[in-house]
Amino acid sequence: MTSEVDQAETASGGPDAPNGRPAPGAPRRVKPIRRVDRVIIRFAGDSGDGMQLTGDRFTSETASFGNDLSTLPNFPAEIRAPQGTLPGVSSFQLHFADHDILTPGDAPNVLVAMNPAALKANLPDLPKGAEIIVDTDEFTKRALAKVGYAADPLGDGSLDGFHLHKVPLTTLTLEALKESGLARKDAERAKNMFALGLLSWMYHRPTKGTESFLRTKFAKKPAIAEANVLAFKAGWNFGETTEDFAVSYEVPPAKLPPGTYRNISGNLALSYGLIAASQRSGLPLFLGSYPITPASDILHELSKHKNFGVRTFQAEDEIAGIGAALGAAFGGSLGVTTTSGPGVALKSETIGLAVSLELPLLVVDIQRGGPSTGLPTKTEQADLLQAMFGRNGEAPVPIVAPATPAECFEAALEAARIAVTYRTPVLLLSDGYLANGSEPWRIPQVAELPVIEPDFATGPNTPEGEFWPYKRDPQTLARPWAVPGTAGLEHRIGGIEKQDGTGNISYDPANHDLMVRTRQAKVDGIEVRPIEVDDPDGEAEVLVIGWGSTYGPITAAVRRVRADGGKVAQAHLRNLNPFPANLGTVLGSYDKVIVPEMNLGQLALLLRAKYLVDAQSYNQVRGLPFKAAQLADVLWAAIGTLDGSDDDE
Amino acid sequence: MSEFRSLSLVPKADALQSAKDFKTDQEVRWCPGCGDYAILAAVQSFMPELGIRRENTVFVSGIGCSSRFPYYMNTYGVHSIHGRAPAIATGLAATRRDLSVWVVTGDGDALSIGGNHLIHALRRNVNLKILLFNNRIYGLTKGQYSPTSEVGKITKSTPMGSLDAPFNPVSLALGAEATFVARTLDSDRKHLTSVLRAAAEHQGTALVEIYQNCNIFNDGAFDALKDPAGADRALIRLEHGQPITFADQGVFRDPASGELTVAQVTETNQADVLVHDAHAASPVTAFALSRLADNDTLHHTPIGVLRSVERPVYDTLMADQLATAVEQHGAGELADLLSGKDTWTVV
Repeated sequence: MTSEVDQAETASGGPDAPNGRPAPGAPRRVKPIRRVDRVIIRFAGDSGDGMQLTGDRFTSETASFGNDLSTLPNFPAEIRAPQGTLPGVSSFQLHFADHDILTPGDAPNVLVAMNPAALKANLPDLPKGAEIIVDTDEFTKRALAKVGYAADPLGDGSLDGFHLHKVPLTTLTLEALKESGLARKDAERAKNMFALGLLSWMYHRPTKGTESFLRTKFAKKPAIAEANVLAFKAGWNFGETTEDFAVSYEVPPAKLPPGTYRNISGNLALSYGLIAASQRSGLPLFLGSYPITPASDILHELSKHKNFGVRTFQAEDEIAGIGAALGAAFGGSLGVTTTSGPGVALKSETIGLAVSLELPLLVVDIQRGGPSTGLPTKTEQADLLQAMFGRNGEAPVPIVAPATPAECFEAALEAARIAVTYRTPVLLLSDGYLANGSEPWRIPQVAELPVIEPDFATGPNTPEGEFWPYKRDPQTLARPWAVPGTAGLEHRIGGIEKQDGTGNISYDPANHDLMVRTRQAKVDGIEVRPIEVDDPDGEAEVLVIGWGSTYGPITAAVRRVRADGGKVAQAHLRNLNPFPANLGTVLGSYDKVIVPEMNLGQLALLLRAKYLVDAQSYNQVRGLPFKAAQLADVLWAAIGTLDGSDDDE
Repeated sequence: MSEFRSLSLVPKADALQSAKDFKTDQEVRWCPGCGDYAILAAVQSFMPELGIRRENTVFVSGIGCSSRFPYYMNTYGVHSIHGRAPAIATGLAATRRDLSVWVVTGDGDALSIGGNHLIHALRRNVNLKILLFNNRIYGLTKGQYSPTSEVGKITKSTPMGSLDAPFNPVSLALGAEATFVARTLDSDRKHLTSVLRAAAEHQGTALVEIYQNCNIFNDGAFDALKDPAGADRALIRLEHGQPITFADQGVFRDPASGELTVAQVTETNQADVLVHDAHAASPVTAFALSRLADNDTLHHTPIGVLRSVERPVYDTLMADQLATAVEQHGAGELADLLSGKDTWTVV
């Protein structure tokens, strides 16, 4: 937290009072209020404690308040991991601020720990001085022993450097709900809402949204709905009355560029991008998919929008998912398949077929930790080389990678543009962090969105009045897309090598050589935006370049370095195949190129191979995003090395 | 519009078509004497009967000898990858109800590498007509045993005989909730055509197993069913509503066990001969019929339509849901979708 402004003893509004104005009927605040410019909160508990829901609600409150924000949900693959254990801990981190921020934050200012496991698992991430709120009811001997605490950390002095709030959350929740008539077990489950209420008080979040959310969510169980609302309010009131919480904090709304905003996660933005691509191309959307974490939410979301003509097909396996999408594409739909790394492996042969058939197809890979099943719920960006090369034969596929959750929207449109214009499968590489993380999104005007022109073949394309399915557009090298039902254009295509032009089966050596080179040239020639370099005064000697979800932490690190007087240039790749035409020049303009990736150096390998540049990797594969401070150190080290070499001269 | 109910949404041809209209200029490259030629000729001759526009017909295949089929049909066609034709055709048929979609596959393609897609296409009841050419051998890879080969089959990959029990494709399809299952022979043009007609009329997925001779790697596999002297005692020709008899034999149901048995028809038992009901709601009797054949001798092999029942078609249901969604929520408005419910404005 920086630039704290004490507003001690200033009476301010209650729960519905953004901007410090009391909401009508809201209780008056009687405690000191401190203004801060940003806060990082982490909710942690058992995977059955509802931490993701709690985090989502706090995020929604924060978004509607107008802060900039970034989130990091982090949960185990097991739906209900053994209770009270370290592997069962689920957490949700939220960073919100009165200014533009880029990451969910390195170190929480506040940790809410619902049990000893949550405390133990998250304590190493806390800086000294952080606030810790624990549910003391859960700190039983048995629970402590389960996670290997020999002594109670709440009493042994080990938390001395922190600001510890010992709150009997369970007891207080039960107390608040004793009139509700709910069974103890049901009442206990509302303790996450008590915690949310308390945090909502601490940070002046609007509360109406959560109340109406709870009433809608539990519409069929009004007693549960009211109990949750009651627990939520009790949490708020507890903050206001108990002496343990001496101050509350205010984070004013952020000054974002003008526009209408909403909060959006990567998977939601991607789903909307696909629908937008369908609308802007006039191609009906067909999704063939098999459930897989962390991609399933796109299947769920698109299934809700059948009134947009969206067809979703839950296939028998990954192969059928992409097969059906390709079949739909042959029939003139915008064919899409969504999956994660293991699914891409299964789909490889069909992607190769799509390369050979030269039909538009979107393959969305929400990357997760690998290899094999790996870390299903954790993030990684180690599928780049699979996307690039993971097929038999020379099978080039364009690759698009969004950098932020909101950017998933544009990425879907960009992938669709390339697929349709160039008649090719396109890989869209998102990841678990983008998929589940969220941020404010300036909602675009529909008219601003690009139009995608399918340009279906309508008649013969040779002087003799024949139709040749592989007669290409000389500019784009795209072949005609002739859909069944078009008279006179009946044709057969397949995975066997085809004669240039006619598309008839051909085993001719020279023809195969030509076709392999032509397919490559088509992908190489795809028009993509030049890469932009952020180098404010043009004096940097170090360039840091990344792709995908590392954008946030890299940019935050660059800001830190610059704030401390360091000079560093930054560039971020959205198109990974083909690379932007100016990339070689950009790389060649700096003495040192640093490539941070959540893999073992896959982009760095490509850059070194293609541009003969001594790109230096910085890698982490922990299933979690980089921290800004960590990358800032890397950048300082790179700058320092250059300084050192200057000294030698 | 076509007279075939299953093709009611497919535009009708302007003029009468002939088999010639369905031939391409591509040289047919099956081995001389292959049973595939007879099937191709039968299909090309049959297609005009559908009375639909050629450009609204699509043949989709996988990999194998039979899967070259689309190249020889002057319609739209996709020669895809091994085993995946039913999946690809599902996406096409589900999005284009104005098309007549046919899948051509073989015993290896459909039952081995693509087994999963086949059974799921059958249970979904997508509007697809699947022609499964069964020659009980791998031809294109030059003669390994297939999932329909008899146990003990000596091939290049099984010099001491194959070990695994074969699939009976008709039994498999019935077990996979297929709504239409039939079997026919490559060499019996008339019967083959009648089965194609019944399949084309069916609304939903139709599986047609076609016994097909591979004269290079498994020659004579179905001779027992083709031998003019003995075929009438080996083949059971099923016709809906007719007693199931062949030569002087008939099919009876054992009242005690419910099993089907074959016995000589006499004056005393002729009233007890089982009457074939292809439309029976339960697949039990059709399954029992499919088990009558002896795997080695092929005696008592039923051909014809074993099962043909009505069940809602997947692509129709999918289209109905889209229409219902529009009725309930109105046609989607992109701007409203993007805005959602919780927005805030920065000025």
